[in-house]
Amino acid sequence: MSEPALGEQFHDLERQAATLRFGMWIFLVSEILLFAALFTLYAAYRTMFSEDFREGVLHNTFAYGTANLFILLTSSLTASLALYGARRDRRRWTGLMLVATAALGLAFIAVKLTEYGKHVEEGSTPGPWYHYAELPTFGGNRFFTMYWGMTGFHVLHLAAGVLVVSWMAVRAFKGHYTARYHVKLEMGTLYWSLVDLMWIFLWTILYLS
Amino acid sequence: MNSAPGPSREMAVNELFRRVLFLPPQSSTMAPEIDHLHYFVISTTMAGAAAVGLLAIYWVVKYRARGSLPSRTEGAPTTPAWFELMLAGGLLSLFCVWWFIGYMQYVRLRVPPANALDVYVSAKQWMWKFAYPDGQSSIASLYIPTARPVRLLLTSRDVIHSFFVPDFRIKQDALPGRYTTAWFEVKEPGTHQVLCAEYCGTGHSVMRAQVVALDPSDYARWLAAGNSTGVVGGLGEEPRAPLAQVGGVALAGPPDVDPASEEEFPAAHLVDLVRVGTEAAAQQGCLRCHTLDGAPHIGPSWAGLYLDRVPLAGGGTAVADEAYLTESMMDPLAKIHAGYAPVMPSYHGLLSPAETAAILELIKSLRDVPGRTSPPAPVRAATSPAGAIGRPYPPAEEPPLVAAPTHAPMPPPVEQGLPPPGLQPNPLPAGPIEARGPEGARHVVPSASADGGRSQSPSHPEEPTP
Amino acid sequence: MTAPAEAVPAPLEAPSYLQVESGLWSWLNTRDHKRIGVMFLATVTGMFLIGGCFALALRTELLTPNRTIMDATTYDRMFTLHGVTMVWLFLVPSIPTSFGNFLLPIQLGARDLAFPKLNLMSFYTFVLGAAITFGGMIAGGTDTGWTFYAPYADATPTDVVPVVIGIFTLGMSSIFSGVNFIATTHLMRARGLGWSNLPLFVWTIYGTSVIMVLATPVLGMALALVGLDHALHLGIFNPAVGGDPVLFQHIFWFYSHPAVYIMILPAMGVVIEVVPTFAHRRVSSYVAVAVSTVGIAFVGFLTWGHHMFVSGMSTFDAGVFGIMSMFVAIFSAIKVFTWVGTLYRGHIQVRTPLVYFFGFLFLFVFGGMTGVALATQALDVHWTDTYFVVAHFHFIMVGGSVTAFLAALHYWFPKMFGRLYDERVGMLSATAVFIGFVLTFLTQFLLGNMGMPRRYYSYPPRFQFLHVLSTGGAWLLGGAVLLALGNLLVALRWGEKAPPNPWHSRGFEWLVSSPPPKHNFSTTPRLDFSPYDYSMTEEEARERAGVG
Repeated sequence: MSEPALGEQFHDLERQAATLRFGMWIFLVSEILLFAALFTLYAAYRTMFSEDFREGVLHNTFAYGTANLFILLTSSLTASLALYGARRDRRRWTGLMLVATAALGLAFIAVKLTEYGKHVEEGSTPGPWYHYAELPTFGGNRFFTMYWGMTGFHVLHLAAGVLVVSWMAVRAFKGHYTARYHVKLEMGTLYWSLVDLMWIFLWTILYLS
Repeated sequence: MNSAPGPSREMAVNELFRRVLFLPPQSSTMAPEIDHLHYFVISTTMAGAAAVGLLAIYWVVKYRARGSLPSRTEGAPTTPAWFELMLAGGLLSLFCVWWFIGYMQYVRLRVPPANALDVYVSAKQWMWKFAYPDGQSSIASLYIPTARPVRLLLTSRDVIHSFFVPDFRIKQDALPGRYTTAWFEVKEPGTHQVLCAEYCGTGHSVMRAQVVALDPSDYARWLAAGNSTGVVGGLGEEPRAPLAQVGGVALAGPPDVDPASEEEFPAAHLVDLVRVGTEAAAQQGCLRCHTLDGAPHIGPSWAGLYLDRVPLAGGGTAVADEAYLTESMMDPLAKIHAGYAPVMPSYHGLLSPAETAAILELIKSLRDVPGRTSPPAPVRAATSPAGAIGRPYPPAEEPPLVAAPTHAPMPPPVEQGLPPPGLQPNPLPAGPIEARGPEGARHVVPSASADGGRSQSPSHPEEPTP
Repeated sequence: MTAPAEAVPAPLEAPSYLQVESGLWSWLNTRDHKRIGVMFLATVTGMFLIGGCFALALRTELLTPNRTIMDATTYDRMFTLHGVTMVWLFLVPSIPTSFGNFLLPIQLGARDLAFPKLNLMSFYTFVLGAAITFGGMIAGGTDTGWTFYAPYADATPTDVVPVVIGIFTLGMSSIFSGVNFIATTHLMRARGLGWSNLPLFVWTIYGTSVIMVLATPVLGMALALVGLDHALHLGIFNPAVGGDPVLFQHIFWFYSHPAVYIMILPAMGVVIEVVPTFAHRRVSSYVAVAVSTVGIAFVGFLTWGHHMFVSGMSTFDAGVFGIMSMFVAIFSAIKVFTWVGTLYRGHIQVRTPLVYFFGFLFLFVFGGMTGVALATQALDVHWTDTYFVVAHFHFIMVGGSVTAFLAALHYWFPKMFGRLYDERVGMLSATAVFIGFVLTFLTQFLLGNMGMPRRYYSYPPRFQFLHVLSTGGAWLLGGAVLLALGNLLVALRWGEKAPPNPWHSRGFEWLVSSPPPKHNFSTTPRLDFSPYDYSMTEEEARERAGVG
């Protein structure tokens, strides 16, 4: 099934690919605004509780966040390499790179869950469950509530990304992505890059003091 | 204003418009001019909508297709751009005139005059409570004198409410956890209905109250009566009988108040806000850092603080009015008094609105207490000229610093909520005064330096300065 | 919607989209934008009727100062349901998902939307969202009002979570449709169709879609946080633990003010199609309409603060939001000039859609000008949260959007179903809608002037006279809407068969037969002329497009 399907509404594959790519960009803008609402909230509360937020950042484990940053940056590289493979019709290479991307995504989730475990242990949990002895303030509560909200929302996006990438890997091995038509792979990697980009911002405001 | 016909005709036109538009009486000083803008805006709106509608109908009649439609039509003109821009520009100018007048009025509605009488308004589901600076409080009836601006400091104990007096054309949301202000000045004695305008739950529509405006002399008598009986303005309580005679104003309770909420709030009792404030300040641990007699300590003394000009750590000054003081309780690090370490935790959510009001009233009562010293030398005296602005420093040789009574009698600290000074070790005060650790142990801290610490930082050297 | 397929006699050329397939499954599993549009139309009309029933129940309750037919808790839930249903289940999706879906590809000369599967998914997401919302309503409902203000939404004894999840789902449907419309407008246009001769209805759907894509996620997040606050007591907007309730208002209105333009822009698009058709002349200024559409979509994002003049905002902020609101009003005013100017020296046929347009014109101008009045801060202090505001936004939402929805329904009914309705009943119902509406809501302006706050279950007796008038008007309005819809339902079955272009319009959608065949155009048309050019005859236009 290497001949890609042309939708009834299109006249040629080029236009179909361009439209799909364009639609994906519009969707990503929408996603960015979804995160923007959270970033705005973070900014507002950081203005209100600037000292506690500074403290909160210091209490986060820099190593976990940075490790995850490198994992995701690497995964973006492998995703791009998958795209590179598809453009040269190397189906095995493409598939392997996608598998690597998904594996790195899982690694990110594993690190994140370990970190959540640490938070639960020390009591820096959101809202009513907050009982962190080192920062027993409302600002600390706000910071860690925002932290859980934002990273949790990001992890959900990443988990969805892992599913998409895994599915794309199967399709790649089956040879669905040809040098002539691989726009769906492009869309998947665009989404993956967005999730990656969001982590760069989250890392900056949650770990970098 | 001298010639009789002019104003009376003006008043007649005003009255005509007011009745046609179903507007309530204009009982506050601001109401007439707001209404005049209202007449201008609404007449223009009506005329504009009617003109557009009539023009459309006229053209339909004039240009309606007679007989069968032509298969093609030629020469329909397009509107020239200059005409369209002119129309839009003209309309925009009109809108901007409205905006300008409206904005000027809005600013005046929001900024209370200096001589205003303060009343604290506390809302809760579904009740309005009023606390007066003289110590009285009342429920559902706000007593105020005529011919004097009244400033309301509003807050809420639960959800958002909104204080709305149609007769005064004012409305202000009462928000939990912070204070907002509104003001009005009533022209003549009378009662005016207060409605809650922000949806707040099942009892929203019965959350009503009344403003009772009394002639100044009657108001003075009311105040005296309140002080002697100790009970004022309860709903359906005896005190209404004597009050009903005051100034001949009908003091019927607010109509349609849900009886359930009356039972929930029994008759108001005399509340001395200053006393309540002292208790709250002690309970919440405020007095561990602030003194009431001007003695220097970890935080600025409250003596003489109210309406004083306070130098800020980041440069500039602030007037210690209600807004600044409330902000300093809720978000202490926002504007730090120069010379004091940023160690105060936020009391946001810890202090109830009533306690905040009471503490404010306590601080205000200390306005004329002498002996408030200047803030200790700023942490970085050389780089922080802000301290020089505002009130001048007393002479350097001022002796009583060391000898001064340490501080007001302190009740035993009640450890509740967050232990404010416990986060960081207590800063070293300038003089050899007693300080309490978080565990309540009493220990004497020696003076930081022999010269009374005038030139010494009162706070930790390692303390980060904002 | 029962498939009216069997009622239409077989045409000579390509079978219409209604006939090409039959059976329920052929509708439920269709990718055809026209069928999805019809399904959306039936669904949102049903939602409108449900929301209207809530409205009539509320108005009936307000006949007397105290209890009339329901208690306070029922009343509070009812106005919440009325608001939620009308805003998210009717007004936001109404014109874009039904008429936009049906007409956008045809007006662009395309065979379908860019993403037909996404379109169907949007429909089912909408149905799912509606089901969750109604499920939450049946399970007990919520009493926060459609604005979900914190901290009341935290504190309310009712459960906001299902309703919030429902609205979140509906938001996803909006985003899917928005993405689809934007991509289609950019990349699916026929040869010769550029940004300077795009049908103006497409411009407004495009502007609406931009707002949907940019604003809906922010609302989704705000409501998700309110739901989390309520369910888990995170206190994100609760001052008791350091949260800020005014922050919620900012985020909420950042969506909900542009959402007003989501609701009114497509209505303006309908009007600008109706007026040139019945005046038989070109639009008096194409550029002005296109520019003002984009202007509204852009400046509409900068005015949200005018909902909060008494929430304790600084006077400076209030001034800025006030002046921005004046600018957004100017763009609407430019549109009004264009509509009226298009009547000048035309050859005007008075038909039902045009009667709706007259109602729309008066109500929209009056409603819009009262909006300017409300943005005048000193006046807003007295009016905000009173019936004046209620009347203002009903003038825009009902007087504007609903009237335009009914106009669109009558204008494109022959196109969609190939039938003609009874003109006399149509015009009668249009007039009755106008009178009923004015009676219902003009009185509410006066109630607002008197100081009647909104969301009041019981009220002081001095307001009763105007309340009774308003309730009478509401019943008349309800009856008139039923008459209009009944007329169309009758026509669906027994109406006279419509010619392809009954109004003799030059709009691109009238180039194809009524109802259109499955792929709209048998050959790709060449649309290098204006859809408002009446200096060509119908035949010349068809020839030039290459569909003749």
